[in-house]
Amino acid sequence: MIWNEEIECMSSSEMRKLQSERLKELVNKVYQNVEFYRKKMDEKGVRPSDIRSIDDISKLPFTNKTDLRDNYPFGLFAAPMKEIVRIHASSGTTGKPTTVGYTKKDIENWQEVLARCLIMSGVTPEDIVQVSFGYGLFTGGLGIHYGAENVGCTVVPISAGNTRRQLQLMSDFGSTVLACTPSYALHLADAMSEFGYSLSDMKLKTGVFGAEPFSENMRLELEKKWGIKAFDIYGLSEIMGPGVANDCEFHDGLHIHEDHFFPEVVDPKTKEPLPDGQQGELVFTTLTKEGIPLLRYNTHDLTTLTRERCECGRTLVRMKKITGRSDDMLIIRGVNLFPSQIEQVLLEMGETSAHYMLYVDRENNLDILELKVELDETKMVDTIKDLMSLSRKIEHSLHSALGLSVKVTLVEPKSIPRSEGKAVRVIDNRKI
Amino acid sequence: MKIRQLSVFVENKTGHLNQILAVLALNNINIIALTLADSIDFGLLRMLVSDPEKAAEALRTENFTVRIHEVLSLELEGVPGSLSRVLNHFSDNGIAIEYIYAFSFGSKSILVMRPDNAEKAIEIIQKYQLKPIYESDLKAQL
Repeated sequence: MIWNEEIECMSSSEMRKLQSERLKELVNKVYQNVEFYRKKMDEKGVRPSDIRSIDDISKLPFTNKTDLRDNYPFGLFAAPMKEIVRIHASSGTTGKPTTVGYTKKDIENWQEVLARCLIMSGVTPEDIVQVSFGYGLFTGGLGIHYGAENVGCTVVPISAGNTRRQLQLMSDFGSTVLACTPSYALHLADAMSEFGYSLSDMKLKTGVFGAEPFSENMRLELEKKWGIKAFDIYGLSEIMGPGVANDCEFHDGLHIHEDHFFPEVVDPKTKEPLPDGQQGELVFTTLTKEGIPLLRYNTHDLTTLTRERCECGRTLVRMKKITGRSDDMLIIRGVNLFPSQIEQVLLEMGETSAHYMLYVDRENNLDILELKVELDETKMVDTIKDLMSLSRKIEHSLHSALGLSVKVTLVEPKSIPRSEGKAVRVIDNRKI
Repeated sequence: MKIRQLSVFVENKTGHLNQILAVLALNNINIIALTLADSIDFGLLRMLVSDPEKAAEALRTENFTVRIHEVLSLELEGVPGSLSRVLNHFSDNGIAIEYIYAFSFGSKSILVMRPDNAEKAIEIIQKYQLKPIYESDLKAQL
């Protein structure tokens, strides 16, 4: 089944025509309405009239995550606030979150691309979809929710966490689709026996997993453990949220909804566009976005593009499964984390030195974080109680700033290796 | 009655305590009393030593986390019930003890404690004429 055959199977010449029209309109709009882009384009000496087709896209300036932070909260919005119907936010590189706004039309488009993704994953209106992505400012929960309603599924908006309840409702309601992070899906599978369930209690047939990268091996493991078909849904809040791309039943890359999100792959060093088949940083231009349209937003996800014909019949360009990034961002239980955020919290607290090492591991398929931080001698105390309360205090501050639980261990000064040049702040022992 | 105590942060690693002691030995520091408090994450070593400043400096040079804190010290009678009687004075006056340890020095039984309110504790010591111990008392026999 294909949700929108006209678009998803469009000839490449027609697609480029559509993209060209949309790009021209977009560039005009951001030049008129967003001071940031007007300045950037003026600096580059590009006028909206210079953009005559999608081929001219490389003339446009890039956008980075820092630009969203610098224009926090609504500086990059292209629509007046009365037209913004929803705001989502994710954690930014430092204290401030990255904010995105959606108009009614944006929400409709999001539902559209998500419906395409779900249908691509074999979901039908008869399905009961258990949405175990977090709801709230995070785009995962509400994104999938609206998409599944658009398809006509029965939605169970259970949100993330509470493993016992997840399994109970999955069994009692007979959920047929599970949408969550791949690591949480593995955790749920392994927790079944602990809570007295087995696969025979479940009616699950499809998994739509995303918000964190996972390997093809992990996808196959999920299929085996649950006895389901597992799919990879890709997205990021800056561009839309989940639903930017999804893999079809042939699992040979993820189809990008390129009529809405135009992808380029650029060289991580020179930022020059690379031809299909070469790996680089994935960059998106939001062709139809009204709330916060972005030109050439660098995701820092590493991938390659291919336009070879897919057996499913869709002509949409495909990207390889994401396996790495060109920056130091970590994805922990679906939450974006930059080591600099940790540094910021430590510096603001001023209770320890800012020398730290973050250890990332996976226990029972759940990401765990341990932070080793050097004790500041002037803060040395003579009771265990005060030392413990110092580490609890740091844990608390990290939790409220990052939305993640971190176990804090105090270590001796100068015990964390100093490195020349770029400091190594993270040791990631996860196998994905 | 106020004496200086070294507090040293000890990571939970095999041989770590011994490294601290080796630094003291190398610097000819005598340990008069020692107690190690353990928690899940780390240990806390408290010591009375012959030369606190020199010991702290030597440990610092070797990158150990060390601080000098003032604690209270009293002499106890070497008879059953003497510690209990002393502590009754504190608890009757609402003073809590954060930590406490005792050792014998020559023929003396010595108590070291950290009350939650040092000033009030000193008043009690004076009021009940408890027998204070000074750092000089701990040097006498060296």
